[in-house]
Amino acid sequence: MLGDYLPVLILGGLAFAFVVASLFASSLLRPSRPSPAKLAPYECGNEPVRLPKGEKFSVKFYVVAMMFIIFDIETIFLFPWAVSFRKLGLFGLVEMAVFIALVFVAYVYIWMQGGLEWEQAPRPMERTAAEGEQEEELLRAG
Amino acid sequence: MIPAPHLDFLPLLPELIVAGVAVALLVGGALVGRPSQTVLLLLTLAGLIAAAAASAYLWNWDGPGRVLGEMIQADRLAVVSRMILLGVGAFGALYGHHYFARTGVARMEFYPLLLLAVSGMTLLVASADLIVVFLALEILSLALYILVALSFRMASAEASMKYFLLGAFSSAFFLYGLAMAYGAAGTTKIDGIALALSGRTGSQPLALAAVGLLLIGFGFKVSVVPFHMWTPDVYQGAPTSVTAFMAAGTKVAAFTALIRVLDVSFQPLTWDWRPAVWALAAASMVLGSLLAIAQTDLKRLLGYSSIAHAGFILTGLIATDGAGIAAVTFYLVAYSVTVLGAFGTVMLASGGIRERTSFDSFRGLAGRSPMLAGLLTLFLLSLAGIPPTVGFIAKAGVFGSAIRAGFWPLALIGVLASVVGAFFYLRVIVLMYMEEPQAELEPEGAALPGAALALAAGLTLVLGVFPQIILPVLEKAAILRW
Amino acid sequence: MIRLPLVLFFSAVLFSTGVYGVLARRNGVLVLMSIELMLNAVNVNLVAFSQYVRDIGGQVFALFVIAVAAAEVGIGLAIVILIFRNRESINVDEVSLLKW
Repeated sequence: MLGDYLPVLILGGLAFAFVVASLFASSLLRPSRPSPAKLAPYECGNEPVRLPKGEKFSVKFYVVAMMFIIFDIETIFLFPWAVSFRKLGLFGLVEMAVFIALVFVAYVYIWMQGGLEWEQAPRPMERTAAEGEQEEELLRAG
Repeated sequence: MIPAPHLDFLPLLPELIVAGVAVALLVGGALVGRPSQTVLLLLTLAGLIAAAAASAYLWNWDGPGRVLGEMIQADRLAVVSRMILLGVGAFGALYGHHYFARTGVARMEFYPLLLLAVSGMTLLVASADLIVVFLALEILSLALYILVALSFRMASAEASMKYFLLGAFSSAFFLYGLAMAYGAAGTTKIDGIALALSGRTGSQPLALAAVGLLLIGFGFKVSVVPFHMWTPDVYQGAPTSVTAFMAAGTKVAAFTALIRVLDVSFQPLTWDWRPAVWALAAASMVLGSLLAIAQTDLKRLLGYSSIAHAGFILTGLIATDGAGIAAVTFYLVAYSVTVLGAFGTVMLASGGIRERTSFDSFRGLAGRSPMLAGLLTLFLLSLAGIPPTVGFIAKAGVFGSAIRAGFWPLALIGVLASVVGAFFYLRVIVLMYMEEPQAELEPEGAALPGAALALAAGLTLVLGVFPQIILPVLEKAAILRW
Repeated sequence: MIRLPLVLFFSAVLFSTGVYGVLARRNGVLVLMSIELMLNAVNVNLVAFSQYVRDIGGQVFALFVIAVAAAEVGIGLAIVILIFRNRESINVDEVSLLKW
């Protein structure tokens, strides 16, 4: 039984050996003479600079994206149900009502927690950055 | 008009109760504003007890073996695993109540999330279709990702991110394997796959790919080598109460589902998956034990120990007979009780939100708190598998079933790994009793988690001396009907 | 008529691209997108098999996968926001309090 896998094992070993060998060989053969011009990311133009704080979008958009995805996807269950609504009858209606009720629960929760406010998006961790750094140092030390 | 299908909701009642209470708490909590933590705890425990009563009723279920369009299994293995999981959930709620109250950041979301995780776990052990297995795995994982992040510590958010990225990664592998199984068998029913595969001869590339990918997916969830990288980090970063819950809960749920998938669905391919499981088990036991030696943090140490224990449980899985399944279930009970106790003691001894869990904080614990040191010693001895604790009986059971199935080299590796393991557990015990205290840390006594710890310690000892209390029940449950 | 092996091959390539993305990318959001790619590769697979074995189950399953993927993205974004608010960085590399 296990003998059947021998070719796979050999092939895997060969593939691995090839990768190691070719990387090793090229490191031996290639000349290595770095110069500032060679190390620059582009031949001409400005040096690429990271945008402030690394990200282009405000975190608020992530919150909106999160909410959108959750409520957007529920329609994929509504579509098949709507297509065969007449065939499914009362049973389908009750099932879908339960489903919608559960989504509504999530909606009520988000509303009550202030997730829909644009100005003050909810803060998952209510504390200042200074406290965070302090904590971090403690963790690093300990 | 399609006639309404006949629906038997009774075998799903435990999950319906748990999820229902979770939703009610979520909405109720949001509407009330700042609900009392004690009320939330009591409601959570009430829900768990009601679900336990419902699943105990299902022990004598004489309806069809699978219900709800053959999606839910109504057998005794599901009942037993559910009882374990609901117990684990109750421990988690008690610990969490204490932990979050102490840190002063009590959030009401903890209880609904815990209940949702429990409902995912119990659904997982009762699933009769790979679709349900996948959905249940996701329910429990998604809830756990948030639970891990539910602390003020930065490490907690980071652990959550690691757990999430690797967890989602592994879910994708699991799903790919599932699609392969669907392609190979034309169905996703756990028993349907076995029926489709058993009639065939020759090589079945799709089915083999399915087993491999499903093993990767499960391997991540139960943290076996080489899919273990996240375990120490997440165990260390998560709030200790959550670590206790997830360490016990995910193992019980995922291993029970793995029993169903390997012993039923891919039973026709037993001789193909056994070598893979063999290798995973051996690697987990050896690496888990060896890497644990180098640790200097108790939570990380327990993380590596959980990797080694995943290997021990896989050893029992390799014997596919009823006795092997009973041995695995017993091991799951033993591991749950012990690890809940161990993390509970660590939670009480490590003090405050800072979670000082490095070995230094445990130096000379016996002088400051003989009670906690004694309890931790008991749980560590049980993890090491030293009689008269439950860990010894459990280890003997899984090794015994591996030997019976003719896999004595694996059992030998397991015994050697246990010996190595005993070394680092004993080192912690020596640390607590023989050395002078360094940290000025006041371990705390608390009524509720204290009672839970006493229960865990009692079970560790009683089941270690009288395993026959639950063994007949587990043996009755270990019959897979399909 | 598109033959099954062709679709399976396409889905395997898509899945591998996702795996590569997860392993090579360092931005949390991009890792998340790579995981989505893997899940969608599986969806292609499921629908293809569903057509091949003449069983509607695979398509239903694909719907479930889409919903679960959405939930995963929701939670993933929430965790990214959590980290971002505290660290102002979503690079997986820079998040390294715990040993990898």
